[in-house]
Amino acid sequence: MDPQIIIARRVAKELREGNLVNLGIGIPTLVANYVPSELKVFFQSENGLIGTGPIPEQGMAHPLLTDAGGRPISALPGAATFDSAMSFGLIRGGHVDVTVLGGLQVDAHGLLANWMIPGKMVPGMGGAMDLVSGARRVIVAMQHAAKGKSKIVAKCTLPLTSARPVNLVVTDMAVIGFPDGKATLLETAPGISIGEVLAVTDAELVIPDAVPEMKI
Amino acid sequence: MKVVSVEEAVAMIPSGASVMVGGFMGVGTPERLLDELVRQNKAGLSLICNDAATPGKGVGKLFDATLVSKLTATHIGLNPKAQQQMLGNQISVDLVPQGTFVERIRAGGCGLGGVLTPTGVGTLVAEGKRQIEVDGKPFLLETAIRAQFALIHAFLADYLGNLSYALTARNFNPIMAMAADTVIVMAENIVPVGVIAPDHVVTPAPLVDYIIANG
Repeated sequence: MDPQIIIARRVAKELREGNLVNLGIGIPTLVANYVPSELKVFFQSENGLIGTGPIPEQGMAHPLLTDAGGRPISALPGAATFDSAMSFGLIRGGHVDVTVLGGLQVDAHGLLANWMIPGKMVPGMGGAMDLVSGARRVIVAMQHAAKGKSKIVAKCTLPLTSARPVNLVVTDMAVIGFPDGKATLLETAPGISIGEVLAVTDAELVIPDAVPEMKI
Repeated sequence: MKVVSVEEAVAMIPSGASVMVGGFMGVGTPERLLDELVRQNKAGLSLICNDAATPGKGVGKLFDATLVSKLTATHIGLNPKAQQQMLGNQISVDLVPQGTFVERIRAGGCGLGGVLTPTGVGTLVAEGKRQIEVDGKPFLLETAIRAQFALIHAFLADYLGNLSYALTARNFNPIMAMAADTVIVMAENIVPVGVIAPDHVVTPAPLVDYIIANG
């Protein structure tokens, strides 16, 4: 299975009935495709919408209805639109139950870096800092390693997104949580051994007695 | 409120002015005003906008024409020209978390000196800022932002200047319409008074200085 789809399917299992959820750009966006249709979840787009719907059919896009990346979307029955102060009040004020973001690095204590590579990539943080500071649960959805280098590191070398640790990291190889503030291997991806995870993880990982395989 | 042509509206904006522009990736941006800023070559602008949009769209046109000298924004990653101009030191860029950006503008429009936010504590964003504890929790003091001009996109404007917005084109527009000395509006539709019901007016008429006439 495509690594991105493994991640998206596993993250989708974290969403609960009635949750208000914000999905970031990239792998997180794919999560919406794997939410069971009977589960009622509200998706927020931080440019001012709760109730985002699928990409409209050819010729049906509305120029004033887009996602946070500026791409045309639709709105589901019962959707609500609002201004950016309300949108970030929802985010910062703890009203968003789950945010799913991409990551560049997550460290042994759950701190996330995902908004800049000094001297190379300085796009700006957009809404990421507010989402990590304010959402009730923060889930990072990212590849375990990039170009052979672990993205789970002892200490972030890139600028942090927030002083608040994330709750869960889902990669194509593992699910990692932070009970007691320490990176802990909670699950391995199908067909991946604990040893294979450790081989591409730079942070020290707590290994519990039982590490089940991801159910996707 | 006064109705003016787009040429007259932009003629009021001097080169070097501070200008806030509504929109999110160019959605909810008053395009005719931006086209006219380019045509009249208003240079050295201090631009306050959520993002740099993309080349050829929204405020992206101002970067195409190199009219911006200072930018306050939350994200410019989708406009390579703005990135180049920043990395080449042609523009100075202040990157602000989006929730902080909108609250600073809201504060500017509401008579507040600033806001206390937890966003950015313990990050590069905190550098040089006062950290204040409230009930044992750390917050950053983020100061208010105002501008000389706000360029606003509305869906409906009535003959008095009452405004309403549509879908995700609302974004920063109603907040910015309170935070500038002069507020200039481009509306998709200009309608008789009463078409916008009182409960549906988002920006009340006294906040609006100019509406640009249909072209």
